[in-house]
Amino acid sequence: MKEEFEGTPEWSDELLARRRKRAAVMGWVLAGFVVLFFLVTVVKLGSNIVQRAL
Amino acid sequence: MANNSTDLPVFDTSVPRADDVSDATKEMVSEMASAADYFELLKPRVMSLVVFTTLIGMIMAPTGADGGVHPVVAFTALLLIALGAGASGALNMWYDADIDANMERTRTRPIPSGRVSKDSALGFGLTLSAGSVMCLGVFVNWLSAGLLAFTIFFYAVVYTVWLKRHTAQNIVIGGAAGAFPPVVGWAAATGTVDVLPVLMFAIIFFWTPPHFWALALLKNKDYTENNIPMMPVVAGSKNTRFQILAYSLVMAGFAALPALLGHAGLFYALFSTALSAVFVAMSFWLFIAPDARQAAASKALFAYSILYLFLLFAGFPADKLIGI
Repeated sequence: MKEEFEGTPEWSDELLARRRKRAAVMGWVLAGFVVLFFLVTVVKLGSNIVQRAL
Repeated sequence: MANNSTDLPVFDTSVPRADDVSDATKEMVSEMASAADYFELLKPRVMSLVVFTTLIGMIMAPTGADGGVHPVVAFTALLLIALGAGASGALNMWYDADIDANMERTRTRPIPSGRVSKDSALGFGLTLSAGSVMCLGVFVNWLSAGLLAFTIFFYAVVYTVWLKRHTAQNIVIGGAAGAFPPVVGWAAATGTVDVLPVLMFAIIFFWTPPHFWALALLKNKDYTENNIPMMPVVAGSKNTRFQILAYSLVMAGFAALPALLGHAGLFYALFSTALSAVFVAMSFWLFIAPDARQAAASKALFAYSILYLFLLFAGFPADKLIGI
C-alpha cells in the first residue's frame, strides 16, 4: 500500500537540512562551472589574440 | 512518526514511492532527495567507462601543428561528455522506473526506492542533456556536441523507449550509444572523425552483447518476470551463449584491426591478442559449460569483460608511449 502525503507538506529539520545540503552542493557545482567556463574563455580568447593579424 | 524538537512531523524517507502518487507526495519525495541521490541518477559506474573511453579517444587524437587541444578545453570537454552520458542515464531511469522497481538489481535506484520523484529525474536529465550539449558546442566544437546529442537521443529514446521492451536485439542496436564516447572524445579534440575512433566504436559495439548477455543470463528470472525481451528470455540460454561466442569472435577481430591497419603498433597487437584470446576462451567455456557451471562462467565473463575493455583501451596510449 502506498502512503501519500495530504495537503501542504510541513518542513522537518531533516528535510530542511537536506534542502540546505542540496543547495550548497548546487552552489559549489555552479561556482565550479563559472570558474571552468571563465578559464575556457580565457584559453580560447588568448589563442585568438595571439593569432590575430597585426 | 516521531516528533523532533520543533514539533514538526518527521517523514519516513523510505516509505513513499515516486510513481503514481499525489503532487504533495511528489513534492515531499523531491525534498527528501540528497545530492548523492541525484548523482546516482547519472549511473556513475557507466559514466566511469564513458569518461575512460572518451579520454582514450582524446589522447589518441592527432595533436596537429597547433599542439592539439588545450588541457583546460580537453578537461571541459571530458566533463561535459560525462555529464551528457549521465543525463541519458537519468532519462533511462526516469522511463524505466516501473521495471526497475520490480528487479532485484535495480530496485534500490533513486526513483523506485522513493528518494527522487520521476518528475525531478526527468527535469534533471533533460536539463543536463541540453546543458551539456550546448556548452560542448559553445566551448569545444559543434561536431562533438552533435555526436553527444545523438548519443543521448540514441540511449534515452532509441534504446530505452523503442528497443528495450520490444526486441531481443535491444542490446545489439542500443550498444551503439555506449560505443560513441571515444568518437565524441576524438571529435572534441580534432573537430573531425577518423578511422581509429570508428574502430574503437566497433570494438565497444561488438563488446556490448557478450558483456550484457553474460549479465542477462544471470538475471534471466528478473527479465522474464518483467517481460523484457532480453536475448536469454527470447532465445534461451544455449542460443544466447552461442551468440555470446559469435560476438566475442567478431569483437576480437575488430580489436585486432587497429594494429593490422597501422593505427597501433606491435605492443598493442600482442596485448590486444592476448586479452581477446582470454575473452574468446571464456565465452567458449560459457558456451560448453555444464548447467551447474554456467552461472559461474557467466559471472566470470561479465567481470572479465569490464576489465577487458579498460585494459584494451589503456593499450592504445600505452602503445603510443612505448612506440614499437
